[in-house]
Amino acid sequence: MTRPMTILCCFLVAAGAFASDQGSVTVEPTALQVPRQLAKQTEAAVVRDYLDAWQTLDAALNQNQVDLLNQDFAGLARERFAATIADQARLGLRSHYQERSHDIKIIFYSPEGLSIQLIDDISYDVELLDHDRVIASQPVRARYVAVLTPTEVRWKVRVLQAEQK
Amino acid sequence: MSWPRAGLLALMISAALVAANGQSEDLNLPKTVVAGAAFSIPTTGSGQAVLYIMGPSQVLKRDAQLGQPIEFAAGDLDNAGHYVAVLSGGSSTQTGEFDVVPARQPASLSFLARPSRIPVNLQNGITAAVYVFDSYQNLITSPTPVSFQLSVASAPAQTRTVVSNQGAAWTGMNSATKEGNAKFVAQAGDVSSVRVIQQVPGDPCGLKMSAHKVGDKIDLQTDPLRDCNGNAVTDGTVVTFTESWNGSQTTVDVPVKHGIAEAQVPANIGARISVATGVVMGNEIRWEGHE
Repeated sequence: MTRPMTILCCFLVAAGAFASDQGSVTVEPTALQVPRQLAKQTEAAVVRDYLDAWQTLDAALNQNQVDLLNQDFAGLARERFAATIADQARLGLRSHYQERSHDIKIIFYSPEGLSIQLIDDISYDVELLDHDRVIASQPVRARYVAVLTPTEVRWKVRVLQAEQK
Repeated sequence: MSWPRAGLLALMISAALVAANGQSEDLNLPKTVVAGAAFSIPTTGSGQAVLYIMGPSQVLKRDAQLGQPIEFAAGDLDNAGHYVAVLSGGSSTQTGEFDVVPARQPASLSFLARPSRIPVNLQNGITAAVYVFDSYQNLITSPTPVSFQLSVASAPAQTRTVVSNQGAAWTGMNSATKEGNAKFVAQAGDVSSVRVIQQVPGDPCGLKMSAHKVGDKIDLQTDPLRDCNGNAVTDGTVVTFTESWNGSQTTVDVPVKHGIAEAQVPANIGARISVATGVVMGNEIRWEGHE
């Protein structure tokens, strides 16, 4: 009885994959090559705000709401995702990014402390809707490079770009 | 719940998911496309279809005639990233993934140099961080040489070359021994960015004062203030003269004007007078009616 229930649970989890969580999160030990020390609190804040940014990005792209980006994105990243949202709205599209897992490693903390860079081996499911009709749902594995800068109360994402693995 | 019932439910869920997507096949896509470059996607079959290309950084939607390649002109897809392509036509859906990679040629730099004002002769006192972007503002993540040059008049320039890691490069530089504005240049490929670092004199070195009587006062005057590299200390630097006499203390703070500091204190026989600025102590005078 136990085994079938386990398998069933797996399928139910798969069916409900577009829940609103971030999936599993792994943070690799930081190996910075700069003389600036990264305090644990700073590292925790950066990871927290980076993960929040993914949630925000999903909500903004799913609802086609540019204003949602303001909380977690700035500069180039905000402009770029705002343009995507504008294009989606014009084309009648929406997209939904459901994170399954993050494997995060901070790789650069600029000497003056005004930017921090991380790489994230992420897996997520992306769902495309055209006029609210689901066109496709695709599992994706990708490596993202992110650059965050501090603002008054939180770190904001300035660059978020997938790179070729 | 029995195992057959659980299995049946699982199959129903799987079937429902496939039905939502239609028949899925792999789309024949280029593995990578350079940002902003023209490219095409071949299609097979016949009839009308719609091609979707989606990534968080950009989304495209094109009507397509199956059997004909779908052409993308230069500049159509210019944001680097990982993209999912979906060709939806009739009852079938073809999907695939590909990467848009940044152009290799740097086109702009995000260059931050700190501080903007620094004392002379400080080892690794100046730091710089650079992010390298292509002409479409994509971070060039492939290793790219970035050269840093810090130059001042009348001194050889310091030059360092650093290979970027994931688009970022940084370095530390020494401030020069001579005061003045330094030109700090970061360059990658044909693109460069300039910052100006103001190098100011350091703390005074060998602070020395002299005293002479003027009426019932002692006039105190420092020698021209210079740092340990011979640079004149900036006017406005505060110098403190302290007179101790008979258990009381008189303190006068004065700014440096025209390279020297000058103040008057009461002429008390037997007074001990000292001078200091910041953490630097100067000489001490015991006033006996004359220096």
